[in-house]
Amino acid sequence: MSEKIRIEIAKPGLDGHDRGAKYIARALKDAGYEVIYTGIRQTPESIVATAIQEDVDFVGLSLLSGAHNELFPRVVELLKEQDAGDIIVFGGGVIPEEDLDFLKTHGIQAIFRPGTPISDVIAFIESTRKGHAA
Amino acid sequence: MPESIKNRKKEWERTTLKKVLERFPEQREIFTTGSDKEVDRIYLPEEELKGDYLEKIGFPGEYPYTRGVQPTMYRGRLWTMRQYAGFGTAEESNSRYKYLLNQGQTGLSIAFDLPTQIGYDSDDPVSAGEVGKVGVAIDSLKDMEILFDGIPLDKVSTSMTINAPAAVLLAMYIVVAEKQGVSRDKIRGTIQNDILKEYIARGTYIFPPAPSMRLINNIFEFCSTEVPKWNTISISGYHIREAGSTAVQEIAFTIADGIEYVRNAIGVGLDVDHFAGRLSFFFNAHNDLLEEVAKYRAARRIWAKVMKENFSAKKEKSMMMRFHTQTAGSSLTAQQPDNNVIRVTIQTLAAVLGGTQSLHTNSKDEALALPTEDSVRVALRTQQIVAHESGVTNTVDPLAGSYYLEQLTDDIEKEAWDYINRIEKMGGMVQAIEAGYVQKEIQDSAYRYQKAVESGDRVVVGVNKFTVEEKEPAGLLKVDPALGKIQAKKLQDVRNTRDNRKTSDTLQALGEAAKDTKTNLMPFIMEAVRSYATLGEISNVLRKEFGEYRESIVL
Amino acid sequence: MELVTDILAGKTRAVARAVSIVENNSHDKEALIDALHDYTGHAAVWGITGPPGAGKSTLADCLIQKERDAGKKVAVIAVDPSSPFTGGALLGDRLRMQTHAVDPGVFIRSMASRGHLGGISAGTLDAVKIFDAAGFDTIIVETIGVGQTEIEIIELSDIVMLVLVPGMGDEIQAMKAGIMEIGDVYVVNKSDKDGAQRLKAEIEYVLMLKEQTNGDPSPGILMTSSRDNTGIDELHIHLTQLYHERTRNGMLSVRRKKRIKKEMDDIFNRKVQDLIEKELSLSANSSTWIEKVYRKEIKLYSFINNTLAEFERSNKK
Ligand SMILES: Nc1nc2c(ncn2[C@@H]2O[C@H](COP(=O)(O)OP(=O)(O)O)[C@@H](O)[C@H]2O)c(=O)[nH]1
Ligand SMILES: [Mg+2]
Repeated sequence: MSEKIRIEIAKPGLDGHDRGAKYIARALKDAGYEVIYTGIRQTPESIVATAIQEDVDFVGLSLLSGAHNELFPRVVELLKEQDAGDIIVFGGGVIPEEDLDFLKTHGIQAIFRPGTPISDVIAFIESTRKGHAA
Repeated sequence: MPESIKNRKKEWERTTLKKVLERFPEQREIFTTGSDKEVDRIYLPEEELKGDYLEKIGFPGEYPYTRGVQPTMYRGRLWTMRQYAGFGTAEESNSRYKYLLNQGQTGLSIAFDLPTQIGYDSDDPVSAGEVGKVGVAIDSLKDMEILFDGIPLDKVSTSMTINAPAAVLLAMYIVVAEKQGVSRDKIRGTIQNDILKEYIARGTYIFPPAPSMRLINNIFEFCSTEVPKWNTISISGYHIREAGSTAVQEIAFTIADGIEYVRNAIGVGLDVDHFAGRLSFFFNAHNDLLEEVAKYRAARRIWAKVMKENFSAKKEKSMMMRFHTQTAGSSLTAQQPDNNVIRVTIQTLAAVLGGTQSLHTNSKDEALALPTEDSVRVALRTQQIVAHESGVTNTVDPLAGSYYLEQLTDDIEKEAWDYINRIEKMGGMVQAIEAGYVQKEIQDSAYRYQKAVESGDRVVVGVNKFTVEEKEPAGLLKVDPALGKIQAKKLQDVRNTRDNRKTSDTLQALGEAAKDTKTNLMPFIMEAVRSYATLGEISNVLRKEFGEYRESIVL
Repeated sequence: MELVTDILAGKTRAVARAVSIVENNSHDKEALIDALHDYTGHAAVWGITGPPGAGKSTLADCLIQKERDAGKKVAVIAVDPSSPFTGGALLGDRLRMQTHAVDPGVFIRSMASRGHLGGISAGTLDAVKIFDAAGFDTIIVETIGVGQTEIEIIELSDIVMLVLVPGMGDEIQAMKAGIMEIGDVYVVNKSDKDGAQRLKAEIEYVLMLKEQTNGDPSPGILMTSSRDNTGIDELHIHLTQLYHERTRNGMLSVRRKKRIKKEMDDIFNRKVQDLIEKELSLSANSSTWIEKVYRKEIKLYSFINNTLAEFERSNKK
């Protein structure tokens, strides 16, 4: 038995458009990862509590309402506060290019915008996973 | 033309058509093609068909309405061009509405932000980051007064995309109208009020199914006597499609939702012909032009049968499926956004050739952010070009009789019936949702589609083929991040200036009324709204009585 | 180990890491579990089994609430299947319990079965010990819910709930034989639906037959609706009382010793197998041996007995 990559897929905020989140969750499962799906209307607090309890390697956040600049950085911040800054956070959804830098500097390590193939997400996971020489 | 059809045509002209022409004359005496050939109102089979033309396709404005709900369609009046808009504060949205009305738009369509849609005030902690983002923030009557300031509510028809708290927003609208001196029977518009598809696909639910259905019945009942021109529900397939369903699933699940609403209303003693005429539908328009046209035609035919045969409706209006259409948001690409204008054009044609009653066209930049004023204008112009330049409006149901289209219409109808019957067997839509069946069917379709895109099996221009290196366009519209604070401050002012004793009395009365399932809550909600109780306060009173819905996801 | 200190102090991150260690079967697993050994045995372990969609997770959610109201700390382990093809898993149980996510007195952990049969994962038993040592009063274990093979939940828990729902039709027939042996408590969930009473009667009948043939006293059958929140109080009281009764009458220790025996057997077996593998290079040699047996050059029993005798002799030296 070996280590498995565990990934939390969560939807912060209030928007209910979970098509993308569910697709990612299912596609990552098909790619061999263990995916913890938390459903819609999650707060940054519940997302972080879940990440820690589930001992995940990655947290993927999906948001289409435009509240990403408020909610994504908050997740990173709370992870750090709770001594879990090593958990890698990435995001997806309707996110304008001009926000990408802001999110990067606030610790969101990758943003996947609509139309990104799942292979890009997998490539990101494989290149940043723990133990992988970066 | 075979005798049978010729005779029926005469009869149609004498009855259905004549009635309408007397009241609503066509826009011109003669309609012509671009090169001045005269165009007839309706074209019919030249030879005897297998015999089911009359039952299956028939005449526009007549059962089963395959060819449309009006005999003259767009020759009489164009569809309502209605752009969904709203963002930020009530003030900002108000000026966008005035702009749109000035540009020739004929109806308003209000988008609310997510806290409003889920019944939270702007200063609630869960609203953090969401205030004013996907629509306008409405906390109390105060915001609603600002939203419609200077817009005469007896002159416009207003569509509100609001579901779980629809009763509250409708109450606010009525009170604002009253304050403008416009009586209830004069206001026109629609509330979405379709909770079932929220459970299925869109996610802005608050209460569990039973009390949610009660609120819907309360609205049906209240409006049938008090606000007769109001469309009390817009049964929506749009979001089901956006969640990744197929065209067949879109209409099948929407109609199954409709069946559930009608059954419920009849169950509490409402007369079907009293409320069914105010039911309306809302569909998506996707890229597969002819499949979409067939979809709308099949949907009309199914609904007419459902109402006539299952629910014994007597009035023609009860059997007519009238619908609003919006072009497919999910078909827009962030890559090469200009291409979206072309997609929207195809989708506009689909909706119009399918006989829609109103249409929202998406703006090309919606895959990136909120649309700018410029891109909203191009979207509206797209409709206007189709309406005034393309010629497709000159004759009714122009694609009827195409071998392909009629076959598609029949096939879609059949497959949709299969779904509808299966859901009925499960005990109706509420049961099917609780079992996760509908959600799972949609998810599977969405997954298949996405896989096909990723494998390149399905081409999406600019995304998996014909790609270019590009920079994102500048000047996208952004909502002021400080908006949450501004709105919270406004809300505090309302709380400080209203008569708080009165507010808490009306809220308490509402809570009491909610306990008795027989009581119509609309009058109580109206009183609460009038006393400037906030949307969050009203929703919380009901949350306490009704409990909250928990998502039933299947993975 | 610092990790042990942190676990004993109930630190969330440490507990979560430790569960990963047992789940991954990492090399420091054994030392960890032994280090925690003296601190275990305090928690009540409740198993929940039953077919997929019966409402196990939803019921767990309700029971968490009840235990929290009673001032207990609760851990939940929810097991979902891994895909046999990709090894991936979609763990969705916790989304029904997500309102408890931020409660510091609640710890929810999803585990993928990772190819283990029996309704739980290979690491589940050790995970229970970790939560026990970390000070959780009640540990709820939700099985995958595939049916008859989930016997392991009995070995693992102090009390097993079997959750059934109306409308399963023939399934109940199939279940009579196998899974109906499992429950200490029978829960007819979704009692808001038609057919709940009939299902209850059917279960009563099966249990009566069982009682007549084996003399086993019939366990309780409770009706619940996690949707309408009915019957949950009764279920909770029943579980609590049953646990106390079993503590008092010694059933609990009998059961726990059985668990230890099973565990001991398993570990012995595994270790012996590892040893043989190591000493005899089983997998490296087996194809040669198979070939020889096939060609009739050696005989199965004599060969194995000789090989083991040789192995024993060399070990005695
Ligand atoms: N009507 C009804 N539905 C329930 C009840 N309990 C659970 N459900 C629903 O049944 C579905 C499956 O529940 P879940 O807890 O995930 O089942 P599990 O697979 O056994 O864990 C969910 O949609 C729940 O909302 C109940 O008591 N009544
Ligand atoms: Mg479960």
